Order: sequence, then C-alpha cells, then structure tokens
Amino acid sequence: MIPASFEYHRPNDMAGVLSILEEHGDDARVMAGGHSLIPMMKLRMADVPHLIDLQDVGGLGGITVGDTITIGAMVTQSDIILHDALADAAPILREASLQIADPQVRYMGTVGGNVANGDPGNDMPGLMQCLDATFTVVGPNGERKIPARDFYEAAYMTGREDDEVMTAVSFAKPAGGHAYEKQKRKIGDYATAAAAVQIVKNGGTCASASIAMTNLSDTPVYSAAAGDALVGTSVDGDAIKAAVGAMLNDIDPVEDNRGPVAFKRHVAGVILARAIERAWSRA
Amino acid sequence: MTQKNQYKLNVNGQTVEVTAEPRELLIYTLREQLNITGPHIGCETSHCGACTVTIDGKSVKSCTMFVAQAEGKEITTIEGLGGPDALHPLQEAFKEHHGLQCGYCTPGMITRASKLLEEIPNPTEEEIRFGMAGNICRCTGYQNIVKSIKAAAAEINAAKEAAQ
Ligand SMILES: Cc1cc2nc3c(=O)[nH]c(=O)nc-3n(C[C@H](O)[C@H](O)[C@H](O)COP(=O)(O)OP(=O)(O)OC[C@H]3O[C@@H](n4cnc5c(N)ncnc54)[C@H](O)[C@@H]3O)c2cc1C
Ligand code: FES
Ligand code: FES
Repeated sequence: MIPASFEYHRPNDMAGVLSILEEHGDDARVMAGGHSLIPMMKLRMADVPHLIDLQDVGGLGGITVGDTITIGAMVTQSDIILHDALADAAPILREASLQIADPQVRYMGTVGGNVANGDPGNDMPGLMQCLDATFTVVGPNGERKIPARDFYEAAYMTGREDDEVMTAVSFAKPAGGHAYEKQKRKIGDYATAAAAVQIVKNGGTCASASIAMTNLSDTPVYSAAAGDALVGTSVDGDAIKAAVGAMLNDIDPVEDNRGPVAFKRHVAGVILARAIERAWSRA
Repeated sequence: MTQKNQYKLNVNGQTVEVTAEPRELLIYTLREQLNITGPHIGCETSHCGACTVTIDGKSVKSCTMFVAQAEGKEITTIEGLGGPDALHPLQEAFKEHHGLQCGYCTPGMITRASKLLEEIPNPTEEEIRFGMAGNICRCTGYQNIVKSIKAAAAEINAAKEAAQ
C-alpha cells in the first residue's frame, strides 16, 4: 500500500498554495487531513505528483458563532464536537460529527476536505445542504461563494475549479429542531443512508422544513419536495409518509456492498421518518 | 522523482532525523527506520487502529500519515508511555485485567486509551466504547479492555488525588 511518488509542499500562506497550483495545474492537489486522499493515493486511485499540505496555511481554522456561523476549512470534526458555543447554536453539527468515522479519523478529517471531496459517502455535504450553507473558495481571480445546494454535480465533480481552494463554510444560525440520523454497518462506516433535518414549528404546525439525504445518489440530495410535504401540517404520520414519498422520488441509489436498491430505499425511508420525528420533538 | 529528504521528528521526547521519501508512511518510519516496533500494522487501510500513536495531542493512525506531514511534530508511541521497568497504569491494568490475549492490538489500544483518559478522566463504559471505536481487537471481545481502562482511570485519578 505505497502511493506513487510525489513532491511534497508545505507552504505557509494561501499565496504560496495558489502559486504551486498555478505552476503545476492538474498535477498538484491540496491535502487537508488526508484521511480521504491518502487512502485513495495508497490504492493508486489518486495520482498526485505535487501534494500541497495545507496544515501550515494561516486563516483556515477558527469557528465564529453569531447570526451567521462560519467554520474554517481546516476545522476538524473533533474541533466541531468540542466547541460548546457551536453545539448550542447549531447542535446538528455535533450530532452529525459524532456519527462520522471513528475518534482517530475525526482528529484529522476536516470540514473543507469533507465537503470538497465530492464523495457521495461523505456526511457533511448533505448536512451543509440542509443548512443552506455557502462555501467560500479562493483562486487566482480572488474569492467566490458557492451555495452548497448548487455545488455537487456528480461523484467527485463539484463547482470548485481545480485551481481554487476552499477556505470556509458559512450558514445562518439554524432555527427550530434538528436531527442527523445515519444507518451504517458499523462504527466508522460510511452511511447506508443518512438524513439531515431542520424543522421550524409555529404553534402546532410546521412552518418550514429542510431535508437532505446522504449516500443515496451520486451527489447529496436536497429534497425541497420532502420539506414542502411537512409545511403546514402537524407532522403526523400522514405528513411524514408524504415527506418520505417525496424524498424517495428524489434519490437514486445504486446497488453496492451496502445492499441492493430496494433495501437502500427502504432504509432511506426509515431513517428519514426517524429524523423527522426527532427533529419535530425538539422543534 | 524518488528523491529523499531529511525530516526532523520528536519521538518519545527525543529529536530524531530521518532520511525518507515524503510518501513513506509514518508507521514505516517508526518501525523500520527508528526500530520503534510498538505500533503495529494491522490493516494498513485506516481501519484497525493497531498503528495508533499520539501526535501533538491527537490520536492518529500512523498508517494514514506521510512522514513529511509529521515533520516538526511531537510523537508518542507505546514505548513513550511506559516500559518493563515502569509500566504506565494502563499497561499495568491491561496486564491485571486480561485486557489482551495475543497482544497485537494492545499498543494501539493503550496509546488511544491514554489520550481518551486525558480528555475524559472518569469515563463511563459507554464513553470508553465510543472513544475506543477506532481500535479493533480480534481476541478479547472488548469486555476486558473496557474493564482495564476503567481500572486504569481509577488508578490515575487516585494517584492524582494523593498528590494534591
Ligand atoms: C476509516 C475511515 C472512516 C471514515 N468514515 C467517514 C464517515 O462515516 N463519514 C464521512 O463523512 N467521512 C468519513 N471518512 C472521511 C473523513 O471524514 C475524511 O477525513 C474527510 O472526508 C476528508 O477530510 P480530510 O481533511 O481528511 O481531506 P483530505 O483527505 O485531505 O482531502 C479530501 C479531498 O478534498 C480536497 N481538499 C481538502 N481540503 C481542501 C480545501 N481546503 N480546498 C479544496 N480542496 C480540498 C483534497 O484535494 C482531496 O481531493 C472516513 C475516513 C476513514 C479513513
Ligand atoms: S494499520 Fe493503521 S489503522 Fe490498521
Ligand atoms: S488481543 Fe489479540 S487482537 Fe486484541
């Protein structure tokens, strides 16, 4: 399990990163925690002649919590779990992070790497779509913002250009109740199906609902129709059934070692129903 | 392209310099260049935790880090926690409570557990199982590992109290 040779770069500012990317084009790639990229390099599924380690680049860490919440690209899953103010303001982040991988991986895996990777198995992309987050990237022409809901095109194909680097994710402080529900074969596994749900309650009815699903298509799936099916209802059994039905129209799972399509669709429905119930109970 | 570089690491309190290709995985640098053979290679694919070491206060699978990334870092392996002459309380507890059978997973288990007990000095069984979820054992069924970690926590906490 030895990756192909590469030249290693560890610049200490973004200008350094961008100039290496410019010089080497497709042959260069950034690395954050390396816990998606290194396994791919070991399998020789990724060939990276010039590896740019981001660990010394300033300005990519840090979590700011206010009406808008901003999380630097190099913030790890473990940083998120340990951040109490963030857990108060947006508890779905801690709940989801605790369901990603295992402790060792969570010390290394970053938000930027997780959302930039483009692997349909990653949990943060769906989570960010649920939160209607915005990704900030910087490239040779300066900074650009891309909505999470528009970012994912296909597996490993995203709205980020090869010469751009993700610097942060940001989103409005979420309102209402939340849930991140994930079915996996064992701790440390990617989702068979996962659902991110935020619901706002007004009196006894649902004022708004945001629903996104993970690992059920070649991209995360934000299901506006599933959310709409809850709005104006008391989120009773019929409403949940309608939301699950709407979600099932939007996903497109394929058979793999996590099971056949019919099983995945079944699990997606169970997981979403549970997530809606839990989010509603907290709304 | 197979150019070698010099890397300076701090391993178990000592600064060492190694010559390696940047792609060398840290576990190989430790085991084959520095003869630090406590950390084991179980899966080599980031799943089993046998290769766990502590790097700048984080439990890390050293099969999933290039030596180049580790340059300038403080690394602690099982050898840095304790040895035959002075066992770490976790080593003592694993021995006392049958926390191992073949012992293959043990260095990774104990190195991870040492960090867990820093973060949660008095963990519940559930916290131990969750905090140790990145380490796999083929032998023990985990029950005695949990027991050992609980016993070590009590030992460490008692020693801390006595010192105050
Ligand atoms: C055993 C194991 C289990 C796992 N289980 C899960 C799981 O259940 N759920 C889950 O979501 N993930 C899981 N992961 C993946 C883990 O969370 C990764 O660490 C994460 O997906 C990627 O973060 P990273 O910082 O390691 O990124 P890296 O591996 O460094 O990078 C991943 C990709 O993103 C790019 N990239 C990284 N940072 C940036 C940036 N700032 N700008 C632009 N591009 C960037 C890289 O070029 C690369 O293509 C698991 C990993 C392992 C090893
Ligand atoms: S050898 Fe590193 S995790 Fe198994
Ligand atoms: S004691 Fe044999 S693998 Fe754990």
